[in-house]
Amino acid sequence: MRQPYGAIIGIGELKPVRSTTGATTLGMIAEVARLAVADAGLEPGAIDGLLVGPQVGETPQHVPATVAEYLGLRPAMANVVDLGGASGAGMVWRAAAAIAAGMCETVLCVLANCREAEPPRSPNRNPIREFDVPFGASGANATYAMIKQRHMAEFGSADADFALIAAAARANAQRNPDAMFYGKPASVADVLASPLIASPLHLFEIVMPVAGGAAVVVSSAAAKGRQQPAVHLLGAGEKVTHRALSQAPSLTSGPLQPAIARALAQAGAEIGEIDILSLYDCYSIMVATTLEDAGLAAPGRFGDWLREADLNRLNPHGGQLGFGQPDLAGGMTHIVEAVRQLRGNTPMRQIANARLALVTGNGATMSEATALVLGAAA
Amino acid sequence: MNLSELKVPGPTRTALTAPFWTAAAEGRFIVQHCADCASWVFYPRQICPHCWSQRLEWREASGRARLESWSVIHRPGHPGWEPAAPYAIGIVRLAEGPSMLSHILTADPQLHLPLQVRFTQVGAEILPCFEPADE
Repeated sequence: MRQPYGAIIGIGELKPVRSTTGATTLGMIAEVARLAVADAGLEPGAIDGLLVGPQVGETPQHVPATVAEYLGLRPAMANVVDLGGASGAGMVWRAAAAIAAGMCETVLCVLANCREAEPPRSPNRNPIREFDVPFGASGANATYAMIKQRHMAEFGSADADFALIAAAARANAQRNPDAMFYGKPASVADVLASPLIASPLHLFEIVMPVAGGAAVVVSSAAAKGRQQPAVHLLGAGEKVTHRALSQAPSLTSGPLQPAIARALAQAGAEIGEIDILSLYDCYSIMVATTLEDAGLAAPGRFGDWLREADLNRLNPHGGQLGFGQPDLAGGMTHIVEAVRQLRGNTPMRQIANARLALVTGNGATMSEATALVLGAAA
Repeated sequence: MNLSELKVPGPTRTALTAPFWTAAAEGRFIVQHCADCASWVFYPRQICPHCWSQRLEWREASGRARLESWSVIHRPGHPGWEPAAPYAIGIVRLAEGPSMLSHILTADPQLHLPLQVRFTQVGAEILPCFEPADE
């Protein structure tokens, strides 16, 4: 196993809510940043690096400076990470790389969002808006539905195989009181009985958009005097292949395949050694494809893997299918849960002897991918 | 459902892409072709994404394609499409090579189904939709 090249020393997460009234994105960023820095046992002045998401609230440009000013920070490294659901994972290795380059010592990576009851429509003026939307394909449901449909048509996978993923997420959410679907389990039959939104995707296979936030504090692996057991960054991989699904090189394998391979190679780990699978799950199909791209299941055979695996260790917090998707912070929740598990003291759902975690982030339509291998210290 | 009655967003043309939509309105299916590497390119771009040549030229394409995947939309992402639901969209692989997303005019979509372009008025615009073709 290689030397760690960074450590996550603080985490913060907001309990998701379906919608907010009058909240601002900046305000929610501040709330979750406070939690993460307090968890690390640091004073705000210790933060000298800042990574934020794009288009924060009404701030399309100068986002790092706006957030830094709001938080009273004067970072020596500041940037936007704009990789959709892969943004959180993309932040973690960038933070470690900036620290290794000597640019800063302690980086706050933060994502949060408010959500009005009726969110405004996207102002996109890009090829997707010009060449997809006019044909009746607005939004991610339509495109992820086509990824699932291709899997079913090519491999003969069954709707019930995909429903297992959603049912497992709901089951794990019963051990997370913060999850949107805590107290609301759903069986495979319930998933299959939920309304078809865009065939073959049913409602319960689709994340619920919520308001929330998540943040981590990244430091060098050698930093001393921590409040929490450090969780080491052992490997990372990233790949971006397209934006619109029509331009994807494959509908059955995504950029997470090379990203996971690189992350595992950097960590000197095999996929079979991973204890915690914190896999980005905006839709059931995303988990199916990731299990196959990670090499856990042969192409087309994720269902076989699911029926034999211990699904408690697949997104123990319920995944986004069980927890809710607070916009870009949804991807960060997979990191926060992996850190909790590797610290070894997660209430209600600690996986025994959790030493290694694979975290995946996925953005746009299986377009932007980042994978992290995290490990418990010592 | 007559798609021409929909109140839906049409293409957001740019100077570069306008010839594609203008041709579609005339019932012609044109696609960019690279004079240097001979690739066909969709969607229209300023340079060839395969070899970065600037010599992209509009050519008539066959309008033949095969269905790579599809979805029947029951809850459209845009409210203007609700009167048409359920309807099918798909990823089509043009005979010339590139793939595009389109509206699929069939109740029985299948993997690799042969398709032919069918210019169809959707809202105020004429768009290259696809329908099943004879082999």
